[in-house]
Formats: sequence, structure tokens, C-alpha cells
Amino acid sequence: MRRAAVSAAARLVFTRDLTLAWRRWDEVAQPLIFYVVVTTLFPLATTPDLTELRKIAGGVLWVAALLSSLLALESLFRSDVEDGTMEQWVLSGQPLGWLLLAKVACHWVLTGLPLVVISPIIGTALGLPFDAWGTLIVSLLLGTATLSVLGGIGAALTVGVRRGSVLLSLLVLPLAMPLLIFGSRAVTMAMDGDSPAGPLQLLAAIFFLVLSLGPLAMSAAIRISVES
Amino acid sequence: MVPEGAVLEARAINAWRGERHILRDVSFTVHAGEFLKVTGPNGVGKTTLLRVVCGLLPAESGEVHWCGRPVRGASDEFHAQLGYLGHPNSLKADLTARENLRFLAGLRQALSDKEIDAALDRCGILSRGDLPSRSLSAGQKRRLALARLLLAEASLWVLDEPVTNLDTAGITLVEELIQEHVQRGGLALAAAHQRLLDHSPNLRRLEMR
Repeated sequence: MRRAAVSAAARLVFTRDLTLAWRRWDEVAQPLIFYVVVTTLFPLATTPDLTELRKIAGGVLWVAALLSSLLALESLFRSDVEDGTMEQWVLSGQPLGWLLLAKVACHWVLTGLPLVVISPIIGTALGLPFDAWGTLIVSLLLGTATLSVLGGIGAALTVGVRRGSVLLSLLVLPLAMPLLIFGSRAVTMAMDGDSPAGPLQLLAAIFFLVLSLGPLAMSAAIRISVES
Repeated sequence: MVPEGAVLEARAINAWRGERHILRDVSFTVHAGEFLKVTGPNGVGKTTLLRVVCGLLPAESGEVHWCGRPVRGASDEFHAQLGYLGHPNSLKADLTARENLRFLAGLRQALSDKEIDAALDRCGILSRGDLPSRSLSAGQKRRLALARLLLAEASLWVLDEPVTNLDTAGITLVEELIQEHVQRGGLALAAAHQRLLDHSPNLRRLEMR
């Protein structure tokens, strides 16, 4: 038997989703466009005064990142479950958790990472000083990655439910609150010249917690969804 | 590749679908080199039975044994031996036929391009290999799903209505594939209401009512 290694199987899942995204790039670009639009609407709705904007910059960036990450999550597993691919994954003899984690990782690279990359530019437009760039990037890296896994658990739980998107937001948003609080706090502290180490370490702790338990929760939830 | 003395055994399986007690004490045994055909009218529970055997649905009571050991608890080892062809073809419309095989059958074992071409050729769709699967006809999609089953190199085939959408040549192809599989010592279990291998010496029937 030439059983494929788990790493090879996970890599196949990752490459497959990249290939699919390449052919459906409009769907992938949606969260990024949403992020840019929302953050540029704030100065228009409030004030163009940079000293005023600076006070809310961290919060605006984080709320927008949170919402745009949620936007893309609902459809994460849906097509795979509907066309029967997920059944085959369950029956592939490979650990399902790893395959799902690879899928979530690809989802993060396509939807989370672009937000992180573009956020310093948007931050500057909102009056974010250069000194806070590093903190913003690190906090958003940890935050969006955690959100992708959290959202993956939520999407796996609600994929079998009709109109699951409402349920998904209700499930994921409360769990995402600590991220929002610590993330925007870290950015604000960095802007005020304090050390943001505390909230960043908490973000990292939450990330590793979610990363370690996420695959187990996702595979259990998917197995239940496939049963229906 | 088929383990020595492979045997699939279902013992007194009971399963419910919603409010209906659909499988009542269903038991059967399939030995290496045998083909069990599950027949019966629509809605009698053929698909449910196959999904319970695969472990996609939980049984209310009863157990499935593979090579004498209960499948529950060792499902990854069992699934590595299992090739399942369900109602959906499990294809991605945006991927080509070749990519579909590489990304799905490749999860089970490392595949070379030659093996993929051989499977496509065997199923009569080699010339469609680079077309996105959305542009294939319903029958060609089924053939592609069959190619995936071939590449799985499984000992146990579980087929749910394998000849759906296939033309006469396609039905003959399925019959040949099952024959070859069984002659290699494999096991096959199929739900079918059409004519399928009715005169084969290895055929056994499970009539569901």
C-alpha cells in the first residue's frame, strides 16, 4: 500500500482550495473589499480630523476586520458538504481534523492575510502612527487566524442547518469578543506609547488554545453534519 | 492488497430516520470474492443501510465488523480499505476531471499522472480529462466518480446505485469493474434496482422489504 502521508493529504486540500479560489476570485476578494469600504466610510461619517480619528482608529480597524472575517465564513464548508466531497474526506482514512485545519488555513491565507497586509495603509489614513504598525500587524495576524479557526468550528456546526448564517454569527461573535477587546486594546496601548505585550500575549494564548482544540471540534461537528 | 480472509459482517442493525424505524435487525455477511446486491423498492432503506455500513450514519443498535473486528473505534483503518460511491458524485464543478481525481483520490494514496490517465481511460473519459467537470454530461460525471473508486484501490466497495445516469455501455463497464474487483478477491456491496450482474456466480442478494 502506498498510503498518502497526512501532510501530503493536507497539502492537497490546501492546493485544491487555492486552485478553486483562483477560479472564483470574486468571492475571495469580497471580505477585503468590505474591509476597505467600511474603514474608509468612518472618516466620512464622523470627522476627517486626524487627532479625532486617531482615538477610534484601533477600534475601527478591529471591528471591520472581525466583521469581514465573519462574512466569508458561512460558505466555508457548505459546497463541500453539498456536493459530497466531505463524505469522501470522512471516509478517506485520513484524520479529518487535519484536512479541515488545512482547509481553514487556506481560507485564512485567502481572506485573513490580505486584511493584515492592507491594514497599516488603512491605519495610516485613520491617523495611526508608524510606531503602532508592528502591534497592529501582530495583533491582527493572531486575531484573524484565531477567528478563522473559531469560525471554522461555527461553520462546521451550522453547515447542516438551513439558514445557518444567522446561527453562525450568534455562535461565533460572543467567542470573538475577547479578541476584539485585547486586539484593539493592544493597538491603543501601542499608540499611547505603552508596551502592548500583555494583550498580545493573551491573544497568542487564545490562538494556541483554539488551534489545539479546533481540529477536534471541527471534525466532530462535520461528522454530525454529514450524518444528516 | 485485500487482507487475508477479509469479511464484512453486519449484525442485527437497527436504524431510524426521523420517526421511522427503517432498518429492523438487518444482518448479512460478505466474504472476500463476493458481491452482495441489495435490492428493494424506493425508500426501503438501501441507502441508509450502506451509509450505516460505511460509518456515515450511526446505527441505533447492532454492529458492523470488518475482518472480525468491530469497525467502531478503528474507523480510520476500516476507511482506508473502503471505497464508497454515493449518490452525489463528489466532484468540484470548477476543477477538471484530472484535478478532481488528483485532489480527492490523492488523499488516500500518492498518485502518478499515469495512474490517473489509466483510470480515466478504463472508464472511457480519457479525452475529457482536461475539461472542467461542470461541462461533463451526467453519465460522464458518474464515470469520473467510478474512476475515483478505481484509484482508491480499496478492498471493499460500497456502491449506492452505481449505474445511475449511465448508458448501456456504462452499465456493462460497472458490471466488468465489479467482476474484476471480486475476482481479485475484493468485496462489493451495491444497492441497485436495475439489472446488475444478475447471472454472476459470485452474486448474492439481500432483498429488503
